[in-house]
Amino acid sequence: MPSASSVKLSCKSLWKVYGKNPEQYFTGEVGSFNVEEKFQQLTENDSIIACGDVQFNIPTGSIFIIMGLSGSGKSTVLRCLSRLVEPSFGKVELDGLDLLNQSPKDMIEIRRHKMGMVFQNFGLLPHLNVLENVAFPLKAQGISKNERSARANEMIDLVGLEGRENSYPHQLSGGQQQRVGIARSLAAEPEVWFLDEPFSALDPLIRTQMQDEFMRLQKQLNKTIVFVTHDFHEALRLADTICIMKDGQVVQIGTPSEIVLAPADDYVKKFTSEVPLWKIIEAQSIMEPPDGKDVDRPSVKPDTLLEEAMRLFDGKTEEVQIVNESGECHGILTPASIIRALYRDEKKVG
Amino acid sequence: MAEQILTRLIRPNKVVLAEKNILPILWGGVLFFSALVMILGSDLKLLFEFPESLQVPIAGFLDWIMFGFVDLFKWFFRFISRVLEWPMRAVQGFLEWLPWLTFASLATFIAWQGGGGRTGILTLALLLYIVIVGYWYEGINTLSLVIICIPLAVLLGFSLGVWGHKSPKANVAIQTTLDFMQTIPAFAYLIPILLLFGFGPVVGLIASVIFATPPMVRNTILGLNRVPPEIRESGTMSGCTPRQRFWWVEVPTAFPQMLIGVNQTTMAALGMVIIAAIIGGFEDIGWEVLGRLRKAQFGQSILAGMVIVCLAIILDRITLSYAKRQLPTESHTGLRLKQFMIGFIGIAAISYILAIFIEPLRIWPKALEFYPADAMNTLVFNIIANFGDFLETSKNQMQYFVLLPVKLGFTRSIFPITWGFALTPTIIGIYWFIIFMGAAIALYFRHWQIAVAIPLIASILYFGITGISWVVYLAVLPLLAFSLGGSRVTLFVAGSLIFLMVSGIWVPALVSIYLCSVAVAICIVLGGLMGIWASTSERVSAIIRPINDTLQTLPQFVLLIPAVMFFRVGDFTALLAIIAYAIVPMIRYTEQGLRTVSPTAIEAGITSGCTPAQIFWQIKLKLALPQILVGINQTTLFGLNMLVIAALVGTTGLGQQIYLALSKVDAGGGIVAGLGMALIAMSADRMMRAYISRRSN
Ligand SMILES: Nc1ncnc2c1ncn2[C@@H]1O[C@H](COP(=O)(O)OP(=O)(O)OP(=O)(O)O)[C@@H](O)[C@H]1O
Ligand SMILES: [Mg+2]
Repeated sequence: MPSASSVKLSCKSLWKVYGKNPEQYFTGEVGSFNVEEKFQQLTENDSIIACGDVQFNIPTGSIFIIMGLSGSGKSTVLRCLSRLVEPSFGKVELDGLDLLNQSPKDMIEIRRHKMGMVFQNFGLLPHLNVLENVAFPLKAQGISKNERSARANEMIDLVGLEGRENSYPHQLSGGQQQRVGIARSLAAEPEVWFLDEPFSALDPLIRTQMQDEFMRLQKQLNKTIVFVTHDFHEALRLADTICIMKDGQVVQIGTPSEIVLAPADDYVKKFTSEVPLWKIIEAQSIMEPPDGKDVDRPSVKPDTLLEEAMRLFDGKTEEVQIVNESGECHGILTPASIIRALYRDEKKVG
Repeated sequence: MAEQILTRLIRPNKVVLAEKNILPILWGGVLFFSALVMILGSDLKLLFEFPESLQVPIAGFLDWIMFGFVDLFKWFFRFISRVLEWPMRAVQGFLEWLPWLTFASLATFIAWQGGGGRTGILTLALLLYIVIVGYWYEGINTLSLVIICIPLAVLLGFSLGVWGHKSPKANVAIQTTLDFMQTIPAFAYLIPILLLFGFGPVVGLIASVIFATPPMVRNTILGLNRVPPEIRESGTMSGCTPRQRFWWVEVPTAFPQMLIGVNQTTMAALGMVIIAAIIGGFEDIGWEVLGRLRKAQFGQSILAGMVIVCLAIILDRITLSYAKRQLPTESHTGLRLKQFMIGFIGIAAISYILAIFIEPLRIWPKALEFYPADAMNTLVFNIIANFGDFLETSKNQMQYFVLLPVKLGFTRSIFPITWGFALTPTIIGIYWFIIFMGAAIALYFRHWQIAVAIPLIASILYFGITGISWVVYLAVLPLLAFSLGGSRVTLFVAGSLIFLMVSGIWVPALVSIYLCSVAVAICIVLGGLMGIWASTSERVSAIIRPINDTLQTLPQFVLLIPAVMFFRVGDFTALLAIIAYAIVPMIRYTEQGLRTVSPTAIEAGITSGCTPAQIFWQIKLKLALPQILVGINQTTLFGLNMLVIAALVGTTGLGQQIYLALSKVDAGGGIVAGLGMALIAMSADRMMRAYISRRSN
C-alpha cells in the first residue's frame, strides 16, 4: 500500500462542457459558484456536461481507476488531466504544478517526460513497425537513432514482444498490438501513466492475461496510474482506489472494499451486486473487537481477503484472529461475522 | 428487431408536414395554369420564345469585366506562363530525346516496383504497342505534359487540402469552389485561361493543373479528416510538437488516401491534356484521333485512340499500385529506396548504352512500324456495309420514337411515314382521355403524386421539351424543387432558370436538358437492370466490374470513337457516348445498394411469408433506394459532363455554345454557357440530394 503522504496528480472543480461557447458560464474562482445551480443552468442551455465538478487526489505510485458506464465522462476526465482535452474550468496539478497554466510548449515537455498513455484502440502508427512505434516518443524528443532503438528494444523485451520488432501493426493480434501500445507509452519513462480502457478491445482470456502482465509491470515500475475501465471486475482486480462516475459526475471514490461494502447509491450497488464479495472484502473491514483471550488459533493479516480467511475454519476453529505486522491482535473473525457480511449485502441488493 | 424493421417497411412513418396538404393544391393550380398557357397561348410567340427585351447582356458584361481584368493582370499571368514554359519545354525536350527503350524500361521498372510482375509486364506491353504502331512521338508529347502536370497539381492540391483541413472557413470556400469546378465544363474555363495566360502548349499545362487539382484537394482533406482521433492523440501524448505531429503522424496515416488522390489527379490530368491539345490543335495524340475521326479514317483513329487507352491504363495502374501498396493487404513490397535508386540508374545506363549502339532501340524505324490502319478501315467499312441496315434502322427507330418526341413532342414528330398514322383530332382526343383517366384513377387511390406525374410526362411527350412555354417551366420546376427539397432549393432552381432565360441561352439549354434527360432515363432503366442482375450473380458482377472500371478510367473523349464510327455525327451518336459514360454509376450504386441490404430484413420478410417478388419490391428495393438515388444523381452529373465532350462531334445545345465560344475566344459567351451547364447540373444535384436526405430522415 502506498503511503498517503505525497499527492502526485490531483484535480479540483474540474469541468468540461460541450455546447455553444461554454466558457461564458465559468468566470469566477474555483469554488465561487454553487455547483447545483451551475448544473441546472448548463442543462437548461442544452450544454453537454461531459464532466462536472470532478475532484480527486492520486497518491504517488498508486493505481487510480475511473469506472462508469459508457458516456459517463471517464475518457473526458482522463483527457483533461493530460490536457488532450482543454477543460472548461477547474484546476489540475501534477507535482504541485498547475497544468492548466502551462504554455503549449511546456505542456509538450511535460508530456514528453512525465506522461505516457495507452489507448483503447491502440493508436499505433500504421506506417511504422513495432520498433519504430515504440521508439516514436523518443524520436519526437530528438534522441539519436541508436539510442532510441536500444531503449525501445528494452521496452519491447519488457512487454514480451522480442522477435516481432520488424512487424507492422496490422500483422499483430489485438493483444500484441496493445503490448506495443504499452511499450510505447513507457518508452520515455513517464511518471504518470494514463490508460483509457486499454483491454476493452481484447477478448476475455487475453484480457485477464494482460491484466496480470499489467500488475507485474506495475510491481516493477511503480508508476502513478490513472486507468479507465467500464469493467467493474477489472477495477476491483487492479485498483488501489476506484472512482465511480455517472453522467459526468463522481458518485463515489474509495478502495475496492469500501465501494463494495458501502455503495453510495443504487447506481454503484448495481455494479457490486454480481461481485463475489469474499474476493474483495478484507478481514479488517468486518472484524469484531478483540476478545482478549489468549488461545492458540489461526491468524491472518488485516488486509487478507475473506476468501483466504474462510479456508482456516476447518471445523475445530471457531475464531480467527487478525494480527498486524508487529504481532498485535486487532480483532477477531467469526463465522457469524463473515456470514453477516456476505448476506447483509445480498439482502440489501436483492 | 426484425419485426420492427418489417413494420417500418410496410407502414412507413407518415411524416405529417403542414406543406403536405398544400402541395396537391399547389400542383393542381400549376397544372391548370400550365394547361391554360399551352392551350390558350399557343399562338402567342411571346410565351414560347423568351422575349429579347427581358434579356440582359450578361455575356457582354462578363466580357467587359474579363478584359478589364486581363488588361490589369495579364503581365502577371503571362509571367507565370513564361516561368512554367521553360521547365515544360525542358522536360518535353528531354523525354523526346530519350531513347524509347530507356523510357520504356524505366517505366516498367517503376511499375514493377509498385505493383509487381503483372503491372510491369502490362506497362511494357502497352508501351511497346505505342512504339510499334509508330505513335511514340505523339504519345510522349502527351505523356510529358501529364508528367509535368502531376507534381504541380499534387503539390497545389495537397497545400489546399491541408489548408481546408486546418481551417473550417477555408474548407467551406474550398468545397464550394470544387463543387463549381466539377460542374462547370472544363471547356468553359479554358477561355479565361487562354485570355490570361496566352496561347500555346503551356496553357494546356495550366488548364490541366487547374483541372487535375480538385481530386487531390478532396482526397487530402478526406484523408486528414479521417485520421482516427486516437492516433492523433497518441502523437500528442508522445510529445510531438504540432509540426511533428502533422508530418510524422497525420500525413503518413492519411497517405494511402492521398495516393488515391494522386491516381485520380493523374487521370484527370490526362483527360484535360488531351482536350487542351485538341483545342490548341497541337501535335499530340488527341488531335490525331479527332482529326482522323473527322476525315472518317476510322482505322487510324482507332489505332491512335488505342494509344490514349494505353496511356490511361499505364498511368492508372502505376499510380493505383502505389496507392494499394500502402494498404496492409498487399504482399508485394518492392525494393528499398536505396536499392531502387541503384536499379533505376543501372537500368537507365544499360538501356541508354544499348540504344546508342542499336539504332532501332532509340528511334523505332518507320519500316518496322505495324500500322494496319487500311486493313482496319476496310474491316470497319465491311461491318458497316453488312450491318448497315441494322445500325441504320436502330438509329432511326430511336430517333423517331424516342428522341424526336421528347425533343419536339408528338405534335411535331408523328407523321404517317414514320409512325404509320397521322395525329388526327380523334387520336389526340383518345390520348388525352387515357391520360385523364389514368390521373383520375391515381387520384381515386389517393396517390396524388402519380396523378400529377401522369399528365406532366404526357405533356412533355406531347409538346416536346423544346415546345413548352418558358412560363410553364418557371411555374413547374420551382414547385418540383419545393416538393422535393424545400425553400432553399426552390430559390436556387428558380434563380438558375431565370439566369438561363435572361442570359439568352434558354433554347440551347433546353436542347441540352432534352439530350441529357433521355440519356439519363435510358441509363436508369438499363443501368438499373444491369445493377440488379449483377447483384444476383457473382459471375455477371465479375464481368461488369472491369468494364465499368475501364469506362471510368478512359478519357471521356475516347468513347466518342466507336459511336462516331458506326453512327456518324448527330444526336444519337452523342446519346450513345453519354450513355456509355454515365451508365457506370447507375450500375455500381444499384448493385452495391442491393448487395448491402441487411440480411435480417430479408429474413424477417421470409419468415413473415413474403413472396420473392414482395421481398424484392417491398424490402430489397426499398432499402436500396437511397443508394440507387445517389447513383441516379451521379449519372445525371456524369451525363451533363459528357454532353460537352460530345459537342466535339456535333450536337447542338450548350456544349456546342461553349465550343463555338472557344473557337471565337468569346470569353463572356463561353462563361455564360459554361455557367448555364453548371447551374443545370447543380439544380438537378440539389433537388435530388435534398430529396435523398429528406427520405433518409
Ligand atoms: N467532442 C465532443 N463534443 C460533444 N460531446 C462530447 C464530445 N466528446 C465527448 N462528448 C460527450 O461527453 C460525454 C462523455 O464522453 P466520454 O467519452 O468521456 O465518455 P466515456 O465515459 O469515456 O464513454 P465510453 O465508455 O463510451 O468511452 C458523452 O455524453 C459524450 O457524448
Ligand atoms: Mg471512453
